[in-house]
Amino acid sequence: MSLINTAFIITAAKAIQKTIVENEATLESLDREIGDGDHYINMKRGAGVVMEMEAELLPLTADAALHKIGMKLLSTIGGASGPLLASFFMSMGKTLKENGDDSHAKIAAAFAAGVEAIRQRGKADVGEKTMLDVLIPVSHAFTLAATQQHDVRLICATLIHTAEQGMLSTKDLIATKGRAAGLGERAIGHIDPGAKSCQLIIKTVCNLVLNK
Amino acid sequence: MKKFINHVDDLLVESLSGFAAAHSDLVQLHLEPHYLTRKHKALDKVAIISGGGSGHEPLHSGYIGYGMLDAACPGHVFTSPTPDQMLAAAEYVHAGKGVLFIVKNYSGDVMNFEMAAEMLPFESATVLTSDDVAVNNSTYTTGRRGVAGTMIVEKCVGSLAETGANLQACKTFGDKVNSNIASMGVALTSCTVPAAGRPTFDIDHTELEMGVGIHGEPGRRREAMREADAIVKDLVAAIMEDFNMRGLHAEGSEALLLVNGFAGTPLMELYLIYNTAAKLFAKHGITVARSLVGNYTTALDMAGASITLCLLDEEIKQHWDNAVHTPALRWKI
Repeated sequence: MSLINTAFIITAAKAIQKTIVENEATLESLDREIGDGDHYINMKRGAGVVMEMEAELLPLTADAALHKIGMKLLSTIGGASGPLLASFFMSMGKTLKENGDDSHAKIAAAFAAGVEAIRQRGKADVGEKTMLDVLIPVSHAFTLAATQQHDVRLICATLIHTAEQGMLSTKDLIATKGRAAGLGERAIGHIDPGAKSCQLIIKTVCNLVLNK
Repeated sequence: MKKFINHVDDLLVESLSGFAAAHSDLVQLHLEPHYLTRKHKALDKVAIISGGGSGHEPLHSGYIGYGMLDAACPGHVFTSPTPDQMLAAAEYVHAGKGVLFIVKNYSGDVMNFEMAAEMLPFESATVLTSDDVAVNNSTYTTGRRGVAGTMIVEKCVGSLAETGANLQACKTFGDKVNSNIASMGVALTSCTVPAAGRPTFDIDHTELEMGVGIHGEPGRRREAMREADAIVKDLVAAIMEDFNMRGLHAEGSEALLLVNGFAGTPLMELYLIYNTAAKLFAKHGITVARSLVGNYTTALDMAGASITLCLLDEEIKQHWDNAVHTPALRWKI
């Protein structure tokens, strides 16, 4: 049985857009402190573009919908987020297509493939004050929880917690990748805006699953 | 925020349309995806393409034309263009000898151009510009940022490409020019990204930001405002220190001195900066053989300036001197 479908992806996209807009002040102030002030605008544009795709996504299978979202983000977001998020969705779609989505472990594997695509495209890793400080721990936790747990609520609770920890961990890091990399020790004490938006997105999607 | 804007979402296209109309003898605008090309396509040469976030005008579109770029891809303000723009531009200007991308070293630009290069159906190479000495290369692995020195690379490589040089020769020369350049900037005020509507950073009227980036990214440190000579002295020192650290012998060399404004500082002050900087470089035994002063790589409405020194050998000097005819740079033609 398929655990993920296009209708859920669209519902999730709507919820993500709402979350991004609700957190405008937070994301903008984090990016003004250690970035260049365009992160919120780009995330909002990306979420908005996915909204506009609802009609063309609905008839597609989940893997095809994710691939299409990736291609669309690649040509609309720009900046660093565009290629990174596009790589995530395209790789996740590809892995779902190859492996199917009839178990939590397979969805975790597709998520991990998406995160790996970001890691390769960005040539970054954990500890460099980027979105990967959230995504890599969440991916590991997802893989582990999906093999040990059958209760989806416990899996989601774990992911929400791991994302939160990862986001907070960026506060004390020196940035070695991304726009904050020029700041040296001045970036210490500030949460990375990309890590914050990833944490918010993971929390939003997990809460949707919990309330399903 | 007080700016000449109708609707913030229309700013980019309205500005590009005005640029293309004002320079209709030289450039042509293509929309959806957005890119600009020369009015008359060049034949039998390596196609030189650059691009990046908007807000740095005249970089890059202002450098399209004979002796410089074949095409430029403008992104949203301070945001990299997307691969579909680069693909469309490359397909339009490709003249059978490959495509050279000149890309400022920012993670977003690097990734978007990289994805475009992977999808391109013909040969390409990339020169990454990284002239900003404010970012410490030894500690921060993303490396140095590309700033005002980028237009020098575009000018010199553009000139070489006009001679019919092949892709590898253009790439090698571009890397060489880039490595001969060092830049350092300073901001007196922040810039305001139109879509954000408020200043990117807070800075008091008694402060300056030493080593600022062209997007208003913080630099080395926040310092107290002081007289111009003292500020210029620090900028020049940072540049000399960088050449020394990299083992490049600036002393005794000829050089091109570029004093670049970020758009919010009057030319009168830029020339004052030039006056001081030229004297300081002369004290270091550098012969300023070529000069350029003006707003060539801007940062929206930021007040501030950067100093760029490019060490000249005969080859670089020749290609800097060769004829160029673009909206923002023109000589000998």
